[in-house]
Amino acid sequence: MGNAPTTPARKLTDAEARLAEIFAMQQSAGAPQLAKLRTAAFDAFSKTGLPNRRDEAWKYTDLRALLRDVKPLAAPPEESAKQHARNAATLTGVASRRVVFVGGYFAPALSDLADLEAGLSVMSLSEALAKGDAAAMTQIGNVGEVDDPAFALNTAFMGEGVVIRVGAGVCVDRPIQLVFVAGAQPATYFLRSLVIVEKGARATLIESFEGETAQEYHVNAATEVVLEEGASLERLKISHEGAAAMHVSTFVASLAAGALLSDFGLNLGGAVLRNQSFININGPGAHAAMRGANILKGKEHADATLFLDHAAERSESKALFKSVLDDSSQAVFQGKILVRPGAQKTDARMMARTLLLSEGAQANCKPELEIFADDVQCAHGSTVGALDENLIFYLMARGIPQAEAQSLLTEAFVGEVIDAVENRSVRDALSALVSERLRTQ
Amino acid sequence: MTALLEIRDLKAEIAGKQILNGYDLTVKAGEVHAIMGPNGSGKSTLSYVLSGRPGYKITEGQALLAGADLSQMSVDERAAAGLFLAFQYPLEVPGVATMTFLRAALNAQRKKRGEEEMSSPDMIKRVKELAKILDMDMEMLRRPVNVGFSGGEKKRAETLQMMLLEPKLCILDETDSGLDIDALKVVSNGVNQLRSKDRGIVVITHYQRLLDYITPDVVHVQSAGRIVRTGGKELALELEETGYARYQSEAA
Ligand SMILES: Nc1ncnc2c1ncn2[C@@H]1O[C@H](COP(=O)(O)OP(=O)(O)OP(=O)(O)O)[C@@H](O)[C@H]1O
Ligand SMILES: [Mg+2]
Repeated sequence: MGNAPTTPARKLTDAEARLAEIFAMQQSAGAPQLAKLRTAAFDAFSKTGLPNRRDEAWKYTDLRALLRDVKPLAAPPEESAKQHARNAATLTGVASRRVVFVGGYFAPALSDLADLEAGLSVMSLSEALAKGDAAAMTQIGNVGEVDDPAFALNTAFMGEGVVIRVGAGVCVDRPIQLVFVAGAQPATYFLRSLVIVEKGARATLIESFEGETAQEYHVNAATEVVLEEGASLERLKISHEGAAAMHVSTFVASLAAGALLSDFGLNLGGAVLRNQSFININGPGAHAAMRGANILKGKEHADATLFLDHAAERSESKALFKSVLDDSSQAVFQGKILVRPGAQKTDARMMARTLLLSEGAQANCKPELEIFADDVQCAHGSTVGALDENLIFYLMARGIPQAEAQSLLTEAFVGEVIDAVENRSVRDALSALVSERLRTQ
Repeated sequence: MTALLEIRDLKAEIAGKQILNGYDLTVKAGEVHAIMGPNGSGKSTLSYVLSGRPGYKITEGQALLAGADLSQMSVDERAAAGLFLAFQYPLEVPGVATMTFLRAALNAQRKKRGEEEMSSPDMIKRVKELAKILDMDMEMLRRPVNVGFSGGEKKRAETLQMMLLEPKLCILDETDSGLDIDALKVVSNGVNQLRSKDRGIVVITHYQRLLDYITPDVVHVQSAGRIVRTGGKELALELEETGYARYQSEAA
């Protein structure tokens, strides 16, 4: 087909037409770096357009219906917005190395890139691309094979983010925290990061998304992680977006032999949140722990879609997702485990648990197993329930008021996924965030 | 002087089934009462009705705590007003740390009474003292509430909660069952420390042995949802000999 534009049988939605326009403008404004990659990605996107509920992977989050218009690409933020972001997403008691982005732009003055640990390199995406950083040029978009329209859009439009490299054998204790603060105006942000953890290296990565504005804005974020042999990464993603925000995020990881990935995503707010993870277990003995927690209210909607691709022997994946749903909020969990031929002794488990605090809340769970090896252990399950009345009574009989009893029990329910966070200060900070969120109306 | 607990002709039901059939009981400050009675006679039901467990419904009569109508109070209000029930089957609360639970309970009660909250260090100090009295390992108290505790350990934990919260009226529902002989002494010793002229204690038990350690002022026999006989502590000894047969036929 070459470069011939494919004509979709249907009429483009306003949003799709606008995306095409913006892409053409981007092209004509002087080819950005990675032009080929971007064009290929936009072509791939154009073939399907925005995903809708007839696409299995987007069944419960109809992006075509939800994305009625495309907000303009963000303009550089004003000074006031930057000042405002100074204390954004602080995790109490966590001395993280902050890399701050305000309204989609890197804010060096708010970031702490001084005295990087030996063997650690952290650079904004724009800088890495401008310098022609080899890793960035070759790895971006190539960490895993991901056929997904939202990710394709991210590749086509990627604006800012980071490129992080942790050198072989280097252990970086201080968590690296990427803080993405939305600007005050309606805008679309395309954020893209690449993290390479070399052989035997170790790091903690926190991605915080925050927005205080009531305006509608759209975040399309993607993080690609390469874990080389024996590398280990703990990744925490905290989404606390504005009340009208739409947040779509893609996580792609490749794990070489013996690599360890511990991933935890906490959703604390936003109108629509979609977190999709594509985990490629390519090396034997690699281990991926995927955890998530949704604490939703009002009409919030959070979708966790997980694809665990086991392509090597003796690898493990453990997925545990918990949702606390109040009002008429909605949580979606879709998990697919693929065990490829030859991936013997795979141990893959997936569990989604939902606590309904209100009758109007809703949980949708769709697990899927596709197994092409015979000596494997795979399991999945899901539960949906309310708080135990007997426990509420027990706590109240000790003088604890009902609302507080419910909060304590709800925190305990979420606690199981937070307790598994290895970094202690981060774990405490996350517990505090959850507790605060549960106690605010 | 108003009685600490005044139950008058109380009738109550669960799931449409009447269990308490005109219950009368008066406990004054400073007194220890024992309630004995056959399985299924409604002893636990009485304790749940008083503490306000959902599902239990008072259909007639009254229960007053220091003159205040219990039926008008929520479960936590009753606790803050000084009612404590040591459960026959204490519940496990996975994921809630014991210290967090104790702090939440004590401070919620204090707040409701307009008292100052207890600081964390004071709290830890106090719990350590109580753990020592009850011969409990502090390690246990670092676990979630009652999770993985043996039957006897749960009873000690209930007693610790009670001693920390210093209620006005303590109801102990078979706190002795499941305790070994040494534990029985330790727990009784804890309960005895709570005996005071301002406090009332009601022990529900099947065994007169407990009453050797916690000497009651009054012993009641409960059968088919009401008190059928009241006497001194010698009544417990008599029951040991005769059993409940005559009361059951009387009640029927
Ligand atoms: N949810 C319920 N629905 C129906 N009946 C119930 C319910 N709960 C308790 N009962 C009944 O109420 C009666 C009294 O039970 P209760 O537990 O109060 O007895 P008890 O005197 O404490 O007995 P024990 O000495 O065995 O502890 C029993 O017949 C029991 O089966
Ligand atoms: Mg009983």
